Amino acid sequence: MSRDYDVAVVGGGLLGSAIAWGLGRLGKRVAVLDEGDITKRASRANFALVWVQSKGLGMPAYTVWTVQASQAWGRLASELKQQTGLDVSLQQNGGFHLTLGDDEFGQRTELVKRMHNQTGAADYKMEMLSASEVKKSLPLIGPEVSGGSYCPLDGHVNSLRTFRAFHTGFRAFGIDYFPERPVSAISKSGGEFRLTTPKGELRAAKIVLAAGNANQTLAPMVGLYAPMGPTRGQIVVTERTMPFLPHPLTTIRQTDEGTVMIGDSKEDELDDRALKHSVSAVMADRAQRMFPHLSRLNVVRSWAGIRVMPQDGFPIYDQSETHPGAFVACCHSGVTLASNHAFEIARMVAAGALEPELVGAFSASRFGAAGAANNSGY
Amino acid sequence: MFRRSEQDKRPQVQIFVDGTAVAARQGDTVSAALLASGCDARRSTAVSGAPRLPYCMMGVCFDCLVTIDGVGNRQGCLVPVAEGMQIEIQKGKREIGK
Amino acid sequence: MTVAPKREAYDVVVIGAGPAGLAAAATSAEAGLSTLLLDENIGPGGQVFRAISSTPVTDRNQLGADYWVGADLVQSLRASRAEIIHRATVWSLDRNLEIAVSIGGASAFLKAQRVILATGALERPFPIPGWTLPGVMTAGAAQTMLKSSALVPDGRTVIAGQGPLLWLLAAQILRLGGRIDRILDTTERGNYFAALPHAFAFLTSPYFTKGLSMMREVKAKVQVVSGVTELSASGDGQLANVSYVAGGKRETIPADLLLLHQGVVPNVNLAMAAGIEHRWDDLQLCWSPVLDASGNSSVAGIAIAGDGAGIGGANAAVVRGRIAARAAVEALAPAVATKLAPMATLRADLAKAERGRVFLDTLFRPAPQFRIPTGDTIVCRCEEVTAKDVLDAVAIGATGPNQLKAYRRTGMGPCQGRLCGLTVTELMAQARGKTAQEIGYYRLRAPVKPITLAELAAVPKSEADVKAVVRG
Repeated sequence: MSRDYDVAVVGGGLLGSAIAWGLGRLGKRVAVLDEGDITKRASRANFALVWVQSKGLGMPAYTVWTVQASQAWGRLASELKQQTGLDVSLQQNGGFHLTLGDDEFGQRTELVKRMHNQTGAADYKMEMLSASEVKKSLPLIGPEVSGGSYCPLDGHVNSLRTFRAFHTGFRAFGIDYFPERPVSAISKSGGEFRLTTPKGELRAAKIVLAAGNANQTLAPMVGLYAPMGPTRGQIVVTERTMPFLPHPLTTIRQTDEGTVMIGDSKEDELDDRALKHSVSAVMADRAQRMFPHLSRLNVVRSWAGIRVMPQDGFPIYDQSETHPGAFVACCHSGVTLASNHAFEIARMVAAGALEPELVGAFSASRFGAAGAANNSGY
Repeated sequence: MFRRSEQDKRPQVQIFVDGTAVAARQGDTVSAALLASGCDARRSTAVSGAPRLPYCMMGVCFDCLVTIDGVGNRQGCLVPVAEGMQIEIQKGKREIGK
Repeated sequence: MTVAPKREAYDVVVIGAGPAGLAAAATSAEAGLSTLLLDENIGPGGQVFRAISSTPVTDRNQLGADYWVGADLVQSLRASRAEIIHRATVWSLDRNLEIAVSIGGASAFLKAQRVILATGALERPFPIPGWTLPGVMTAGAAQTMLKSSALVPDGRTVIAGQGPLLWLLAAQILRLGGRIDRILDTTERGNYFAALPHAFAFLTSPYFTKGLSMMREVKAKVQVVSGVTELSASGDGQLANVSYVAGGKRETIPADLLLLHQGVVPNVNLAMAAGIEHRWDDLQLCWSPVLDASGNSSVAGIAIAGDGAGIGGANAAVVRGRIAARAAVEALAPAVATKLAPMATLRADLAKAERGRVFLDTLFRPAPQFRIPTGDTIVCRCEEVTAKDVLDAVAIGATGPNQLKAYRRTGMGPCQGRLCGLTVTELMAQARGKTAQEIGYYRLRAPVKPITLAELAAVPKSEADVKAVVRG
């Protein structure tokens, strides 16, 4: 690890990998430092939506950023395909959030209204549909479905294959991926950063902290701030079945492989080894009420993952004033925003400065005013 | 591939494999009955469509998956046959609702 | 017919009705503890005593005296007050000793003061080219059909591999009038020398004379090829040929059925999902739970008995079952424990039953080429992932089985890694120059066997559970 790098990315999950890949794409010499086989990895626990609707309530800039990411995803998918031969199965034909009963329909209608009334946000055509309108697109819905919201920009992707595609692409770009090297200390001297790992020190002109919730610990080492508020989410997945679901939902999607993923919970518990079956049961129950045909499918796996979640739910992108060249990036939606990370964040890091007009709203300086509520709409 | 030993005096049970009557014996599992029947009981996988037959016969390999009385992806090696049982050999992914 | 458990809580719940589970449940119930025995199969016996209460094989000599020992175990169990439920699939066990069990399409939730896992073993994966072809099965599969349905191989049959079970199966097939064309013995020649220092214990164990006479019985009727160093199956959608190399010479023979066996390994899924610590066993080349002398695991209240505790064979399994049950009785009803066989006696019985095991483990240690495949050979049968795919993933950064899942979906199919896990660990260890212990294993979670979505949906839920999911 004696070789010096233009940029060291700390964290090899989807977010770090997207930025590293984007930097490699621009011809930068990049090292990615990652942990090993067993660690908290949202990259392999996520629900794989490329999702726009309901994002950004309370921060219009987040809506704009998300819409931009959604629109750039096609380009990312095709570049990955061209480079690695891997089809990440991006599907963006619109997505639904279904409601059960009148109360949920009313609440969702209210949310859609609030989103529309928010000034400064991009218009992404989120609309409420009645059950019979939903049925035109999703003929297998059950009688308890009262309707739902629909957004034509929504979609989903094979996030594990995306992860693999980034890592496959590293090779072509000459990016060095170093697993089993958690970073324990960072210092800056002689105009370069020195990162301490169990397998030696690595030096780089710039660093990007992309270590998920661990950014909270790493950021202060270089004069940055990343307050996190992780939560646990559970997901249930069924065996492969014939295609039946033409659109993804916030809580149900059929993967290109044929399995049906059912999400998700939000719990304060942070042990990702344990599962709460009663919570999975609520997810399973709602899923079969939405699509009664699902009830006979076999659940083959379930898991809990820890969400990477900035304290107020919105992304943090920031650069250090005390340690120029140090950046931090963390957000919940590492799948949805992967295109922005690969193209925009990587471009700005390569140029040496984040552009305020694009990502200024995401600076951690917003936490200076205490009491920001978690109202990101997630 | 397999044949029954003559000492087997268990009563016969009639099952149907893709609509065709097949004689099984009381106490057979669905997979054993299929392998003894001489029928082409090869399913095809949900991933590539490759043909498969039961491999472990003890409930761990899931290569014996079969549709039993209209319910797909059952482990045939763990389910005993019953009179009139309808067996369908699965081709590819199971259909939702089945 | 399926019956739900009579209570919601038991002193002891035993999972698995093979030799260890039968013995453990009988011991526990005889001591007066409320005892429930849950078993996935149609009847008691596990694998070794498969169909012991229902086998159509009536000539006792054909299955052998060791098999019929199981009838006594079942009789003892039935004489005890233990409750036994078959076709009951335990899909979750956690640190709080809460058990979820699927019976007849509905789940019951139980609490136990002590859990004894007796989930036994499964056959070690034998990932040779063509092992997924119809017509290729495990030797244990053929034995299951033989015991439970008196079915014997009919077409051109080849048995390949090594270990005591292989010879027992061959003898049983021949006794029932079945056909075996050839036996391909894959035991490495070097193993005979390696095993030599442990030979004395083996020669004085009951395995020796039984094993020798069985091999003689089989060799008198079937052509046996020893020193097989390569093996593959081929055919177009169905097994057609078995190809092998022995003594440097390749031979290809037509076959309808290929039965593979290279020993058994603990079935770890439920134990690992419960959070029980396992270590790699360098001699048996598998994961074994970390246990104390009474079979207690790293999770308080859960003991493991039988081959799930490390391969020891049926006799050892019975004794381990009694030891684990006795320990449970000592903890829950110490006054009664004095009436049971003393622990010292049981430990002596165990030492006797385990005699010769090291010799067998050393002699029948499977050769690397039959454990660690190459090229296009399938590693993960469910997701159809090849050895080359695994190595490609290692090349781009997969450090262990869990990252490999993310890259390649190995272990993500319905078998949940049972048929690929060991292969993946060893293949990655070899590729990365690490030990199997360093590479690790899949992180397993409930449900350890599939359950329907409807069944999961029926799990009781609280208002807080709903709030964790429905959030506007």
